[in-house]
Amino acid sequence: MTPQIAPDDILSVQNISKRFDVSEPFLNRLIERRPRRILTAVNDISFDVPRGKTFAVVGESGCGKSTVARLLMGLHAPSAGAIRFEGTDITHLPPGNPPALRRRMQMIFQDPYASLNPRWRVRDIIGEPLKNFGICKTRADVTREVEKLLSQVGLNPADAKKFPHEFSGGQRQRLSIARALTTRPELLICDEPTSALDVSVQSQILNLMKDLQDEFNMSYIFISHDLAVVWYMADVLAVMYLGKIVEVGPKEQIFENPQHPYTRLLMETVPKLTVGGTERTPVAGEVPNPISPPPGCAFHPRCPLANDICRGAAPELNLRSGGQKSACHAADEGRLPPWLRLAAE
Amino acid sequence: MSLLELDNIVVEFPTRRGPLEAVKGLSLDLDEGEILGLVGESGAGKSITGAAITGLIEPPGLIRSGEVRLRGERIDNLPPEKMRRIRGKEIGAIFQDPLTSLNPVYTVGDQLIDTMRVHLGLDQKAARKRAVEWLAEVGIPAPETRLDQHPHQFSGGMRQRVVIALALCAEPKLIIADEPTTALDVSVQAQILALLKRLCRENGTAVVLVTHDMGVIAETADRVAVMYAGRLVEIGDVRQVIEDPLHPYTRGLMASIPQIGNRDRRLTQIEGAMPGLRNPAPGCAFAPRCPRAMDHCHSIRPVPQSAGTGQVACHIYGETQ
Ligand SMILES: Nc1ncnc2c1ncn2[C@@H]1O[C@H](COP(=O)(O)OP(=O)(O)OP(=O)(O)O)[C@@H](O)[C@H]1O
Ligand SMILES: Nc1ncnc2c1ncn2[C@@H]1O[C@H](COP(=O)(O)OP(=O)(O)OP(=O)(O)O)[C@@H](O)[C@H]1O
Ligand code: SF4
Ligand code: SF4
Ligand SMILES: [Mg+2]
Ligand SMILES: [Mg+2]
Repeated sequence: MTPQIAPDDILSVQNISKRFDVSEPFLNRLIERRPRRILTAVNDISFDVPRGKTFAVVGESGCGKSTVARLLMGLHAPSAGAIRFEGTDITHLPPGNPPALRRRMQMIFQDPYASLNPRWRVRDIIGEPLKNFGICKTRADVTREVEKLLSQVGLNPADAKKFPHEFSGGQRQRLSIARALTTRPELLICDEPTSALDVSVQSQILNLMKDLQDEFNMSYIFISHDLAVVWYMADVLAVMYLGKIVEVGPKEQIFENPQHPYTRLLMETVPKLTVGGTERTPVAGEVPNPISPPPGCAFHPRCPLANDICRGAAPELNLRSGGQKSACHAADEGRLPPWLRLAAE
Repeated sequence: MSLLELDNIVVEFPTRRGPLEAVKGLSLDLDEGEILGLVGESGAGKSITGAAITGLIEPPGLIRSGEVRLRGERIDNLPPEKMRRIRGKEIGAIFQDPLTSLNPVYTVGDQLIDTMRVHLGLDQKAARKRAVEWLAEVGIPAPETRLDQHPHQFSGGMRQRVVIALALCAEPKLIIADEPTTALDVSVQAQILALLKRLCRENGTAVVLVTHDMGVIAETADRVAVMYAGRLVEIGDVRQVIEDPLHPYTRGLMASIPQIGNRDRRLTQIEGAMPGLRNPAPGCAFAPRCPRAMDHCHSIRPVPQSAGTGQVACHIYGETQ
């Protein structure tokens, strides 16, 4: 047998967790005799991002996707676990440090409004990292590069003179994409990068991202709630539920033969483009509360296959025959019903 | 009489490089209980149209001409104080940017309670009870606990839902919802849309729903208006616009929707970019990108004509005036 060459991972995350203390102020707690409240936003998750590939993350609102992204960028300190960028431990490095390493890793934030300095003109917002990181030497270089980046994201080179408030929501999102590309990062973390864009501009941006990946072997972590976009972008797909990865593996496998009941529910709720057709049914059952998650498998209150084992013990993320891993007792026990493939439209 | 009428409104931003017309003469009307989807290219003027209706155009921007009427009464020329009252009580606004509607200093509960005390005259206790109900309505788990948290303790999608609750809790007659479900997963989205539809059905509330998500439009809207470069290019019944779009831009837009299972290497896109709003060319604004452009498209601007179930502004569908 030929020796297996270790896959070339740009980022490796081991057992990270993030707990937020959301207790009321001390005095209130004392008077009303209420306990401390700890919200576990990310609960002991591990994953690797292969170089030159797209690692997509999906999962319902509040499941911890943005928190994972912020942990990777050093914007939150993890409560436990380790993050390695090309083998270097970056777990406890402050954001932006060390610059030589951080310029290789950039993020597009979910909220484009909060991340652009309102008092700066576009040419400074995009030009500053070009100067700071020594990518452009002369002012003329900076101007040329800014204009190039603007047209790459479908904006007008003349927009360099404007302030962020002069742009529409989607145009601002494109600005933050242009800014993230300035340092020519090798790893780009994208938190809902195109959800503020119309579908035609979205296609332009996603096509551009694919081109950059082909040309520069860029790696992406791609957070999105739009499964059609994820289908197009992802190589590896992770499905999160209440702070945990419940299924992860090759995209095609997960779309074509999901091995976790929650993933199956997600696939079933994909809206169809039919007018007045079947109304979507929201996932049944109470959305769980991350402050006091259900015992055992956190999905059990909403799972049609839950049994006593599920209510008692948390399932392990185990390898399935299709090549993906999923955390589900039913899959372990072989009582997951066969999946009727989504008809590709 | 329509609940809302926009009569040829022009919105202008004076800038140092000369005036910029973000909305170039737009007319629309909306009946009670009706949901109008507003779609179009990013930067086409959808949010500015919403701001014109709610009287929230940021100065020095202004409505240069045209009228906005609510139940037949002009509201575009009211003094700010009067408009503020209409905005709270009669028109609810859900903004694209959730940060503008949430105050970071107050808890989410205080903001909901305050709104209901002012606009519905509820007392503290009743308002608190309603606030918990509203958080549950928009799908926030453990609403009693969440009520006492601050906006930064919520996830992006949860903040968006708080903004929705805040706009709906005063029970307005007209809701301007700008990308209300953009960052929400499909399941929460379904819940919010069902809530909007129920309000329309039960209370006769009308909604202008700005969104990029055609699935949301298909599921929710009665009619759809499509904007490009500050103008309406197509308006019609939702079924016709989605299943049989007439305007070449709308067709390009529909073709760009990504599909699960499609194995094409590249997504379909409309080549080129929307022209700048300053110094517009004389003809059809879409002409430089239009696969069906004819010679006169570059010189004569098409005006909206009856076509399909509504109107279309394109030379393919009829004569220019
Ligand atoms: N304060 C302002 N000053 C100058 N121009 C502005 C201002 N606000 C908006 N604009 C311009 O007006 C146009 C319309 O903006 P609007 O926000 O209505 O777009 P939109 O259709 O909502 O787009 P999106 O889908 O990206 O949110 C944009 O091209 C924008 O650049
Ligand atoms: N700074 C914070 N303090 C307290 N709780 C927080 C903080 N940031 C996030 N949380 C909580 O952590 C959980 C996960 O939030 P996160 O923003 O990661 O969700 P998300 O998956 O990105 O959701 P969305 O799709 O809505 O953006 C939520 O319950 C949220 O309320
Ligand atoms: S472990 Fe049990 S409850 Fe959890 S997803 Fe699997 S079957 Fe459902
Ligand atoms: S008027 Fe001409 S250029 Fe404009 S959309 Fe119609 S065919 Fe195309
Ligand atoms: Mg998020
Ligand atoms: Mg907008």
